[in-house]
Amino acid sequence: MDKRVTFKGWKLPVLLILPQALVTAIFFFWPAGQAIYQSAFIPDPFGLKSQFVGLGNFEYILSDPYYLASFKTTAVFSLLVTAVSMGVALWLALMADRIIKGSGTYRTFLIWPYAVAPAVAGVLWLFMFNPSVGIVSFYLDTIGYDWNHKLNGGEAMWLVVLASSWGRISYNFLFFLAGLQAVPRSVIEAAAIDGAHFWRRFWTIVFPLLSPTTFFLLVVNIVYAFFETFGVIHTITSGGPQQSTTILVYKVFSDGFVGQDLGSSAAQSVILLFLVGILTVIQFKFIEKRVHY
Amino acid sequence: MKKSVIGSLLAATLGTAAMPAAAATEIQWWHAFTGRLGDLLAEQIETFNASQDDYVVVGTHKGNYSETLNSGIAAFRAGEQPHILMVFEVGTATMMGAKGAIKPVHEVMKEGGAPFNPDGYLAPVKGYYTTPEGDMLSLPYNSSTPVLYVNRDALVAADLDPDMDLSTWEQVGTALDAVKESGSECALTTAWQSWVHLENFSAYHDVSFASKENGFTALDTELAFNGPMQVAHVQAMGDWAKEGKFYYAGRRNEGGANFRAGECAFFTESSAGYAGVKAEAEFDFEIRPLPYWSEAEGAPQNTIIGGSSLWVLNGHESDEYKGVSQFLSFLSSSDIQAKWHQNTGYLPITIEAYEQTKAEGFYEANPGTDIAILQMTAKPTTANSKGLRLGNFDQIRGIIDEELEAVWSGDKNAQEALDNAVMRGNQLLRRFEQANK
Repeated sequence: MDKRVTFKGWKLPVLLILPQALVTAIFFFWPAGQAIYQSAFIPDPFGLKSQFVGLGNFEYILSDPYYLASFKTTAVFSLLVTAVSMGVALWLALMADRIIKGSGTYRTFLIWPYAVAPAVAGVLWLFMFNPSVGIVSFYLDTIGYDWNHKLNGGEAMWLVVLASSWGRISYNFLFFLAGLQAVPRSVIEAAAIDGAHFWRRFWTIVFPLLSPTTFFLLVVNIVYAFFETFGVIHTITSGGPQQSTTILVYKVFSDGFVGQDLGSSAAQSVILLFLVGILTVIQFKFIEKRVHY
Repeated sequence: MKKSVIGSLLAATLGTAAMPAAAATEIQWWHAFTGRLGDLLAEQIETFNASQDDYVVVGTHKGNYSETLNSGIAAFRAGEQPHILMVFEVGTATMMGAKGAIKPVHEVMKEGGAPFNPDGYLAPVKGYYTTPEGDMLSLPYNSSTPVLYVNRDALVAADLDPDMDLSTWEQVGTALDAVKESGSECALTTAWQSWVHLENFSAYHDVSFASKENGFTALDTELAFNGPMQVAHVQAMGDWAKEGKFYYAGRRNEGGANFRAGECAFFTESSAGYAGVKAEAEFDFEIRPLPYWSEAEGAPQNTIIGGSSLWVLNGHESDEYKGVSQFLSFLSSSDIQAKWHQNTGYLPITIEAYEQTKAEGFYEANPGTDIAILQMTAKPTTANSKGLRLGNFDQIRGIIDEELEAVWSGDKNAQEALDNAVMRGNQLLRRFEQANK
């Protein structure tokens, strides 16, 4: 017997999906279509004239070695941000899940940094690590380490990774903690009675049961690192030194809004659009298979 | 749809800022100044508004220079542009290229009928914003030029005579050795490295920064700052950085904090930094002309300006342009200019304002404040020292910053870095040429 609930006629279902369809069309398809359209032109900044160049903009950026290097920078940056913010958050969540006294206060403090906007977080970290007046660089100097992220690309990368991960740890912490609390106590207790110590219990029981949360956070964090870290990079390094922190989305901004080169900027947006699409497909196709719900 | 949203947002912003008197015609001016400069600018507007009843100028702050330019461009696309837009000097080529978007100042003045004497403006200031035929396109507003700030106490601490001759980089180099010897970690620092050590350096040594008279005569200009003079200078700076004598603080004027705190002996920075140094420095300081290399034949030529100018945008009523012409004429008057020059350290834009400041005894009371103007007007300008007119120049400066940083950190030598900067910059120039064909 077929137990599926179906609608009679087509009007109501169409009406019900209409709001979602409209939102998607207006906020996604329309701008994406605009970006694709504009990527075929070289306009002047004031919009007075515009030349059709076909795939010329793509040819131009894909032959730019600095643009190609930006792919690698983005990959390194996203992986580091995801690994740091998820790793630290998981560890903190495990600890928070174990303690009984004062866990409420502990959790509240850990969630706080999430309320800080990325640009503000960037400025805070910049103050601490400013090579001339920063407190951390001052202490590093006293132990003999000359910190200067304005000249050293590796240091600059670490600084933007730390600043981007910091606020994100709170967000991940929240999800991990909720995930941990959903793990049935009885399973863990049974394992404990069988003599499994803490880490053994974690790897064989908790971590696999946590995998839906971990997978969700993986997707969300990579998208975050790709797009929302713009404010941090803009305030701390502006993509420097020597483009060592210029991630793809920052290059879209600097070519479009500093260089007024809207054609190249649009072409880069289109590439980014496809890249994130492919990335999401890969994640759902391959990684999700290994997730236990 | 998007346009009308932006338009109404702009209208809302303007609506709150504007409190027009009844019947007076409103003139919108978008600018990039806050703080003290913003206050002085507001005072100029108030003085103008109080001086007549026909027009009301409304000033609106739109963020930093880049943001102001972007707002102006976005507003133009939405048909909501202001009458007057402040644009920094590196945006000059972009504005010149936008023929249908701008109304050249010489035209505005001719049609508006307000008093206007193009010959009364200081040539090196005016030259930056004037066509080769001599037509002024935008009105210079705030202009400065780089000079050398000297911490006299640091020189004394290094057993040097603080009055020693510092006109050449060779002499400065010797002084750097002594300062370093005395234990200082910041003998020399700089602000705006590309502007001071390449753009002005090239003009001052009468070598070319870009072909076609630095872009003044044609769009197909190519960068040329990888010549032997510039390479030698950047290499010398790179060596000083390696030896711990040149401290690099950042791309903008971050080094100012170190100098004002007394940590550095020498500081190359805009003449407009004077007010800040004077207010904060708890040591004896003075201003000297920018040094040059003695082996250079043309040096010292003259330095060029940085700062902004006021562009009049197209698409308004002729009566409103009449008000614009009166306001621009008012801004050029010598009382206003003399006051601006004395309060900020920016250059006066007219010869009359300079003479007035001199007659008032300002330079005697504030020694060193006339060095910038003398340095700029010392010799008639050459093809290499009129200024720069390069498209995409904001981004090209970014490239230069990156390549110079590679020299300071020791990753590249000066020749490699400048060759690479020229190659990357030329790509952007070709891009600009294509968009503005």
